[in-house]
Amino acid sequence: MINFLILPILIPLITGVLLIFANKSIKLQRWIAGLSAFLTVIVAALLVQKVRNDGVQTLNLSNWDAPFGITLVSDMFSALLVLTTSIVALACVIYSFKGIGEDREKFHYYSAVNFLIVGVNGAFTTGDIFNLFVFFEVMLMSSYVLIILGGTKIQLRESIKYILVNVISSALFVISIAYLYSVVGTLNIAHISVRLSEISGVSQPGIITVLGVLFLIVFGLKGAIFPLYFWLPGSYYAPPAPVMALFGALLTKVGVYSITRTYSMFFYQESGFIQQLLIILAILTVIAGIIGALAYWDVKKIVIYNIIVAVGVILFGVATMNIDALTGSVFYLIHDMIIKAALFLLVGLMAAIAGTSNLRSMGGMIKRYPGLGWTFFLAALALSGIPPLSGFVGKLLIVQGGFSSEHYWGAAIVLISSLLVLISIMKIFINGIWGKPRSFETENSVPYRKLMIAPVMLVVLSIFYGVGADFVYPYISQAAETLTNANIYIDAVLKE
Amino acid sequence: MEILMAFIIGILFMSATYLMLSRSIVRIIIGTTVLSHGAHLLILTMGGLKGGSAPLVGENASAYTDPLPQALILTAIVIAFGVTALFLVLGYRSYKELGTDNMEKLRGTEGND
Repeated sequence: MINFLILPILIPLITGVLLIFANKSIKLQRWIAGLSAFLTVIVAALLVQKVRNDGVQTLNLSNWDAPFGITLVSDMFSALLVLTTSIVALACVIYSFKGIGEDREKFHYYSAVNFLIVGVNGAFTTGDIFNLFVFFEVMLMSSYVLIILGGTKIQLRESIKYILVNVISSALFVISIAYLYSVVGTLNIAHISVRLSEISGVSQPGIITVLGVLFLIVFGLKGAIFPLYFWLPGSYYAPPAPVMALFGALLTKVGVYSITRTYSMFFYQESGFIQQLLIILAILTVIAGIIGALAYWDVKKIVIYNIIVAVGVILFGVATMNIDALTGSVFYLIHDMIIKAALFLLVGLMAAIAGTSNLRSMGGMIKRYPGLGWTFFLAALALSGIPPLSGFVGKLLIVQGGFSSEHYWGAAIVLISSLLVLISIMKIFINGIWGKPRSFETENSVPYRKLMIAPVMLVVLSIFYGVGADFVYPYISQAAETLTNANIYIDAVLKE
Repeated sequence: MEILMAFIIGILFMSATYLMLSRSIVRIIIGTTVLSHGAHLLILTMGGLKGGSAPLVGENASAYTDPLPQALILTAIVIAFGVTALFLVLGYRSYKELGTDNMEKLRGTEGND
């Protein structure tokens, strides 16, 4: 029982409330938002170290004992994701200082960002399935604000679809929780796991499979897996670059986290139908994402479709459910959050310089912006998993795990996908950054140097993450260990 | 009682689906509220109806009604209320900006070649 693990939720919450009252002075808002984002990173890093030393940390809110009250649980998996979220948030806040525009800053932009972080960190930390729904809603509400803020025509049009999809998926989430509650009579994730294993120890009732598929639909809608990703490319295209980076790096990953958590806790003893389904969907997600990424000539769209590819790759590792593939998935998940945020910020910067996101009217940026060009090049290599950059280790482990559980086709498609990802992202590099220099009308109004701080920070971090894989590996494997052995989590929550 | 509730919930989901498949934004928004009502009733029913007396310490009854689903719906209703309010404002604002409430005309083609 420590209070420490609530701090990554509490700090952004208090900051968000304070910022509502500080909306008159933009300078004050920037200071508060920047400092609190920095503080959250430090707290999250300390939390990771605490979990590393002392194992899974829990906190029973209001001192209600574990299965009855709401429990917050920080195992290594969630602590690492909280840390990554805080880092991405810090980078996006720094980019926003110059990149979002004063109009949006005056209308509570930083508050909405902070509430979004509350929701994301909360969803990663909570150990209660209904509380997960509540934190999802906190996150979605702030994402509605962020996607509408500015009120341009494209934003209004796309936010209608975004909100509609999410309202439906929230209703489905409530329905799934209702079914789950009627079967097990509890909401605590650890306790549900115990009860479900008692039920499926006796027989294999079909209701557990139904529940698994329902949860897959709910989280698949948020996490953009194959048949349910249709809303994502349009909606993520609408908002400005820092918001896009926050969405692309964090929101889909919350869906992926929830799938991983529910499958490793609830449905691991299920007859195998859900596992098969998840593997097939993950592979189809990879293929669909690749097709989109190769087809478009719009820089934002290419990176957006790359989110879908990454979701597929991570879920393939999760579905394989052996220790290698899970370690790879955790590794790749964190890598992907960092590198996607960096890519979205870089692509946003390119679009700001060129005044359009269409690749055909860009070109030759490396002449005047060499820093941008080479940072993008490194980010592109890291994304496709060229050793020794950060994408490599994760993909290697996922493929290794896929082969050792005899999912040869899946592992082969994951391998081929990284080549095609490289092609899709090099298309941006060749057409946008190489080539004959052009002059753009809008480029002089872009504060290029100040906007480069955040993406460079993220790319450097990603390089260290890849080169220092030996150093981070113990943390990652501790996270994967909890995922393969649900008893570690259950013991920490219920037997205290 | 549970059977009756199941039928009511089914009818609510059915009407919600019908409304949400229409073209007008207002109908879609009404559809989402009906859908969330259905989901809330489902939680209540899944906890079991009329299982015993009120869950208070002084009642000394042999069986108590499960209070948890009621707490859950309360939370879910508040969230649905907030989202619906936002959605209505958004629908109105986008009608003013875009000049249409027909979803068929709101397809986006940016970034497509």
